[in-house]
Amino acid sequence: MNDPTAPMIIKRHRMATRVWHWVTVVTMFIMIGSGIGILKAHPRLYWGAYGANFDSAWTTLDQWPSWLVTLLNLLTIPASYNLAISRRWHLLFALVLAFALLGFMIVSLINKHFQRDLRVRAAELSPREVAHDVKEHLAFRFHDPKRPGAYNILQKLSYVVTIFVLIPVMILTGLTMSPGMDAAWPWLLDVFGGRQSARSIHFIAATGLVLFIIVHLALVILAGAWNELRSMITGRWHVPPHAPEDAA
Amino acid sequence: MSSIITRRTLVTGAAVGAGVLLTGCDKIAANPEARKILFMGEDMNRGLQRALTNRNALVPEFSPAQMSPIFRSNGTRDPGTPDYTAMVANNFADYRLQVGGLVGRPLSVTLPQLRQMPSRAQITRHDCVEGWSAIGKWQGPKLGALLNAAQIRDSARYVVFTCADLYGGTPYYESVDLVDAFHPQTILAWALNDQVLDVAHGAPVRLRVERQLGYKHAKYVMRIDAVDSLAGIGKGKGGYWEDNVDYDWYAGI
Repeated sequence: MNDPTAPMIIKRHRMATRVWHWVTVVTMFIMIGSGIGILKAHPRLYWGAYGANFDSAWTTLDQWPSWLVTLLNLLTIPASYNLAISRRWHLLFALVLAFALLGFMIVSLINKHFQRDLRVRAAELSPREVAHDVKEHLAFRFHDPKRPGAYNILQKLSYVVTIFVLIPVMILTGLTMSPGMDAAWPWLLDVFGGRQSARSIHFIAATGLVLFIIVHLALVILAGAWNELRSMITGRWHVPPHAPEDAA
Repeated sequence: MSSIITRRTLVTGAAVGAGVLLTGCDKIAANPEARKILFMGEDMNRGLQRALTNRNALVPEFSPAQMSPIFRSNGTRDPGTPDYTAMVANNFADYRLQVGGLVGRPLSVTLPQLRQMPSRAQITRHDCVEGWSAIGKWQGPKLGALLNAAQIRDSARYVVFTCADLYGGTPYYESVDLVDAFHPQTILAWALNDQVLDVAHGAPVRLRVERQLGYKHAKYVMRIDAVDSLAGIGKGKGGYWEDNVDYDWYAGI
């Protein structure tokens, strides 16, 4: 029965996690594409409460490398510039993003996904542990053979930052750009330092999310694309046979 | 070996999928039924904002030190029509603001009369739909006071503004509902930054509806009509941009 070559299958992701993951994949795609469309209407970013053409911007589209502008053009929703339709996509799917995250957070507290899988323990943050995990990543070993189903510390931190910092910051800075919400919840302006600062932070956090997506996809591919993909669809994950440890 | 092919297949598949999704988005936005769903976001956002927040909440007001050094203009910078140019030439002496529609007492208000009404001065942030913001000081009577003076009827649900600037040959128009029309910061501004309102910013009178985006702030206001429905106005969506390029009527977000 204990045949070491037979693949061991564990249940990796619960239904709520899988549904939220794929809803968010589609939502992120639409939010990034339509967000680029909205950015193009005024591709200048400022700090503070106000900011328009005569004010000094900390970054403008004409300073960006041409490959980046080409890439942004390729991803824009809709493909030909249309601020009204970009806003329609963005403001509808903003609701999907926000309420899906809220639902996922509530369910994940109840089913203890957060407490069990994402809780960062102090010991994991010791420089020795983190350095060890970095070394393991560089050697393309992503799973602790003793607890293959558990997230490693770099993985935990990136998920925690994405779920509890980046996406909430996107939602709150998005709300801060709404003149109606600024009347209702003026504290938003105090938190982010004014509407134009909120707009800048919105794009910085969006860049952070894009970087997360790139690294996330790269690691899914390196860790075994089909196995990882299947685990996020069916929940079932084949524990990878681990290479002999004594190589090092 | 097989895992390399798998990876390549996956990356290619993801790229193709992204492309399909992108063109899919444009197809969806062109399909009338799907458009209805896409455009539901406006009502959902308006409904949520109105349900969850205080309808009379005031936008933050700023100190003179926080104002934009230059308040840029946009949209129409000069209506340039013979009628408007003639009004500018004699300093708006012939200007009359007409208030009508579902009111008990239609009004025809001169600019001096408008300036003599109790006015509100407010330093507020103007947010363009494009993304920029400018802070300036606006002064003028409350729209609500004017509507009360005209004895707006109970059957009125919206207030429509008709302007002196032409878009495609017809006057610019916009509308708000009564929640925003009677909001204490909704004024008919005749001054910007302590100067008489200039042509570029909407002389002689421009609407300020502070909880919404810039295109709702109709410039060069000539007529104000209380109506019970937007169906008969333009193509029925309540404003020039709403009717012609799909901007949201509710621009509070």
